[in-house]
Amino acid sequence: MTMNIKLRIWRQANAQAEGKLVEYQLNDVSANMSFLEMMDVLNEQLISKGEAPVAFDHDCREGICGTCSMYINGRAHGPQKLSTTCQLYMRNFTDGETITIEPFRAKGFPVLKDLCVDRSAFDRIIAAGGYISASTGQAQDANAIPVEKAAADSAMDAAACIGCGACVAACKNASAMLFVSAKVSHLALLPQGHPERKKRALAMVAQMDAEGFGSCTNTYACEAECPKGISVANIARLNREFLNASLISEEMPK
Amino acid sequence: MSWMNTFLTSSIGRKLVMSVTGLFLITFLIVHCTINSMIFFNDGGEAFNKAAHFMGTNILIRTMEIVLFAGLILHIVQAYMLAAKNRQARPQGYAVSNPGANSKWYSRSMTLLGTLILMFLVLHISHFWSNSRLGGMMGIAPLEEVQIGDKEVLNLYQDMMVTFQSPFVIVIYVLGVISLCWHLIHGFQSAFQTLGVNHKKYTPVIKNIGIGFSILICLLFALMPVSIYAGWIC
Repeated sequence: MTMNIKLRIWRQANAQAEGKLVEYQLNDVSANMSFLEMMDVLNEQLISKGEAPVAFDHDCREGICGTCSMYINGRAHGPQKLSTTCQLYMRNFTDGETITIEPFRAKGFPVLKDLCVDRSAFDRIIAAGGYISASTGQAQDANAIPVEKAAADSAMDAAACIGCGACVAACKNASAMLFVSAKVSHLALLPQGHPERKKRALAMVAQMDAEGFGSCTNTYACEAECPKGISVANIARLNREFLNASLISEEMPK
Repeated sequence: MSWMNTFLTSSIGRKLVMSVTGLFLITFLIVHCTINSMIFFNDGGEAFNKAAHFMGTNILIRTMEIVLFAGLILHIVQAYMLAAKNRQARPQGYAVSNPGANSKWYSRSMTLLGTLILMFLVLHISHFWSNSRLGGMMGIAPLEEVQIGDKEVLNLYQDMMVTFQSPFVIVIYVLGVISLCWHLIHGFQSAFQTLGVNHKKYTPVIKNIGIGFSILICLLFALMPVSIYAGWIC
C-alpha cells in the first residue's frame, strides 16, 4: 500500500538563522517504511533537485540509541506510544495527511540546523554527577554485593532511559526532570551508587537548572511520551534525593 | 546560609515552597468550609455567628490568620515566578502541539486557574473579610452586631444574606469555586509528588482522596451562596 502525504518541515540554515515551516509533497510512500526512511526518500528527491536535504538526527534506527528526535504532529517522536521516531512506521498515518515536523523546542536544546538540536546539555548534566567512582583493577566477583531484586528491577527500569530528550520536548515547561530523575534513580537504587548520592543529587539538579530547563509541574506529559516508559515515580525519588541532600544531610552545595 | 539560598532558588526548592504552602492552604480550606457550613443548621445564623466570633477573637486563630496571608502571598508570588521561568525555558513554541494526547488540561492550566481564583479572592475578601476585620476603619462601614447569649457578636450571617442576593455575585462565586475545584484536583496529588511521596500503596489512595476532597469541599462552598439565593436558608 502506498500513500501521498504533505509534509510541513521546519527548515533553518543554522543556529543563528531565522527558520520557517516549508511544505513538501511526497507521493507513493510505502506504508511499511519507517518515518526516517520516508525522510530519506524526501532527501533523495531534494538532492536530485539540487536542494539542500533536511538535516535530522538518527543513528541506530533500532530504538535504543536515543539519537532521533522530531516533534511530529504535535507529539515528541510522533503519535505512537513507547516509540522513538525511527520505530514509527508510515502506517500510523493516512493517505492525504498533512504531517508537521518540528525540532524539539527548549532553551536547553538550541536548534543547530533544520530538525537537529544540540542536546549536549544532557551530557553536561551526566558529567556533573551521573556516574560512580570505582577503583580500576580486577572486576569484583558477581553477587559480592547483595542487591534486593525489586531495587535491581527499578534501577534497570530507570537505566532504560536513552537520553533522547522527548520528556523535555513534551513538557509544557521544557523540564528535564524525567531524564535527570532516571539517571539519579538508576544509581541511587543500587549500593554502588550510595557513596556519592547526596553530592550527585545536588550537582545534577544544579546543572539542570543552569542549562535553562524549566521546573516540573507534575503534568506527567513526559511519562506519556517517553519511548522507554520511564515512570514519574523516579521524579518523586529525585525530589526525595534532592530534599534529603539539601535539607537533611550535611553535604554543602558547590 | 548560602546553602539555604541555593536550595530555595533551585527548581525543586521552589516547587517545595509551592507544595508546602499549597497543603497549608488546603488545611485552611477545611477550617473555612467547616465554619461556614454552620449556616446549614438553618438556625437564623446563631451557630455560624458563634463560630465566626470565636474565629475572629481567638488569639491563636488571629495569629494563624497572619501566617495564612503570608502563605497565600508566598504561594501566589512563587507561582508567578515559576510560571515566568518556565515560559523562558521554551523561547520558541511549537507550530502544532497536541498536549491533550499526553496530559490533562487542568494540570497544564494551574497558573490560569490560580489567576481566576486570585481574582475571585479579591472580590471575596472585599465582601467578607474587610468589613468583618476592618469595619469602622479606613472608611469601611462596620457590621451590625447581634446578641447571642450574653455576648454581642458581629452579624456576619446577615452580611452573607445581603451579599448573596445578587445573581451576579452568585455566578462569580460558583465560577470561582469551579476554578478552585480543578486547581485542587491537580494540586492535591501534585503536592505529594513534589514532596517525594510516590508509593505503590499510597499514591492511588492519595489521588482518590484528592479528587473526592476537591469535589466535596467545592460542592459545599458552592452550595452556600446558591442556597442563600434560592431561599433554602433564611
